[in-house]
Amino acid sequence: MKELKLQKIGFIIILAVATLIYIGPFLFSISISFNADKNVFEWPIKLFPETFTLDNYKNVWNELPFGKWLFNSVLVTTIQTVTNVFFSALAGFAFARLEFKGRKLIFGLLLSSLMIPGIILLVPKFIILNEFRLINSYAGLIIPGLVGVTNIFLMKQFFETIPKDLEQAALIDGCSYFRIFWQVFLPISKPALAAVAIYTFQGSWNEFLWPVIVTYTENMYTLPLGMASLRTELMTDWPLLMAGTILISLPTLAIFIIFQRYFVQGVASSGLKG
Amino acid sequence: MKFRSRKKEQLFWGYVFLAFPLFLLSIFVFFPIGFAFVVSFYDWNLLIPDKPFVGLGNYFELFKDPVFIKAIKNTIIYTLGVVPVQTLLSLFLAFIMNQKIRGRAFFRTAFYIPAITSSVVTSIIFVWIYSKPGLLNFGLNSVGIDSNIDWLTNPTTVLPSIMMLNIWTTSGYFMVSFLAGLQNIPSSLYEAAKIDGANQWQQFWKITVPMVRPVTYFVVIISLIGCFQVFDQIFIMSSGGPDNASTTMSYFVYQNSFKYFRFGFGAASAVILALLIFATTLIQKKYFPPEAY
Repeated sequence: MKELKLQKIGFIIILAVATLIYIGPFLFSISISFNADKNVFEWPIKLFPETFTLDNYKNVWNELPFGKWLFNSVLVTTIQTVTNVFFSALAGFAFARLEFKGRKLIFGLLLSSLMIPGIILLVPKFIILNEFRLINSYAGLIIPGLVGVTNIFLMKQFFETIPKDLEQAALIDGCSYFRIFWQVFLPISKPALAAVAIYTFQGSWNEFLWPVIVTYTENMYTLPLGMASLRTELMTDWPLLMAGTILISLPTLAIFIIFQRYFVQGVASSGLKG
Repeated sequence: MKFRSRKKEQLFWGYVFLAFPLFLLSIFVFFPIGFAFVVSFYDWNLLIPDKPFVGLGNYFELFKDPVFIKAIKNTIIYTLGVVPVQTLLSLFLAFIMNQKIRGRAFFRTAFYIPAITSSVVTSIIFVWIYSKPGLLNFGLNSVGIDSNIDWLTNPTTVLPSIMMLNIWTTSGYFMVSFLAGLQNIPSSLYEAAKIDGANQWQQFWKITVPMVRPVTYFVVIISLIGCFQVFDQIFIMSSGGPDNASTTMSYFVYQNSFKYFRFGFGAASAVILALLIFATTLIQKKYFPPEAY
């Protein structure tokens, strides 16, 4: 019994140390973002700034094109989230609830596309967008991410769990499949739609590689790219940089904390699929 | 709309529903896969209108390029370093979390936060931590280890430093996957083991590890694919330097394709990377299948 108790204390100590390691870096960056002293390297490094200030947060808005980057990020993320939710639900419904020729083949094709590493698609995607003169444009930033295959799978799996006879009554009443999708299935799919929305939001908001490739003027940057560009340009102003990074982390953090169960369930189900 | 049969009706709506996603995926996924191979056979440069066919010329050039060889080496070191450590660490943390411990939700959130944070944010924070007067050296010195190197500009420490960051960022995500797997293990197995006198350590290796095998398979695959394509952290923290000590294959692809605009050469290097990833996942599937033996 005593041994068991000792073990439990050991576990708690391990978890506490791990928590410090996982959270600590964020605490220091928060601390730096409130520091009035630009020299953030004075030893001993302290967790609490000696002179506290909000200036760094003001300066993020005044000295950087932060507002413009925020606008770009919000635009890209909003459009991609809405289209992903709508089109992945449509496609998921077709795969799960309709019988038609070619369905299995198309689905197999989508499944195999998940095995393709994204890196191989970069050059061809760039050449295609360049043909349409869409490099360094909102269209170029947004269009390739309008629908994701993973989201289609998620919706298909969800629609398959709904009992087969749900649409029968509506069909007898003469409803079209679109009306059945829109009025019968969508209203009961809120949890799945929310999951797709959350994943897409997180993915779009944090996306880095694609904006790096498709934009080249500062006014087209999204927030992550904008902040990354500062890291090389004004490496000396750490409090400003940290204030910016804290600001861009807030939306994803808020969504994660509010909708935690979606993350955990999502990971759980994808984990079990193996 | 009137249809002659329900079958026709489903055919019609099926393709209407799939039309836009299929159109988009054709342009940005299916066509580019084939097109990548085509481009890799040409000396295709964005800035030069003339695009001569060179056959396997780009591939020959790649394997003569010492930077590419170094990039392959770095990518393999990176992957072999990160994947096992990350997998074991996340399984270990999940195992501890699965004991009846209070505040589990809190710990889970804490470990998960790096995984949902933008790679730019975590990279910038770690640039500060790894810099010469930064947190890491300060911490080492305060416990009596004399260290005053700049971790990201030193060719021997740059890659391991970025690997550590990667382990830190994604292990929380995998921990949650493992936790879900652990919760599906019937507790009767552990009870039986306890009656037989197995200690925690034996229970971990003889029950937990084999029972979460499908999750481990998933974690290793996702982790492998991610490591092989590591880009954001390299771009932000070291730009492949110093002296290509942290140039990975995906960074090489980026550099040649979008800095020098050598699309043919860049596409060829991306094809090699894709083949490497493909081969690795096949090997894993063959020799370490998700099902227990």
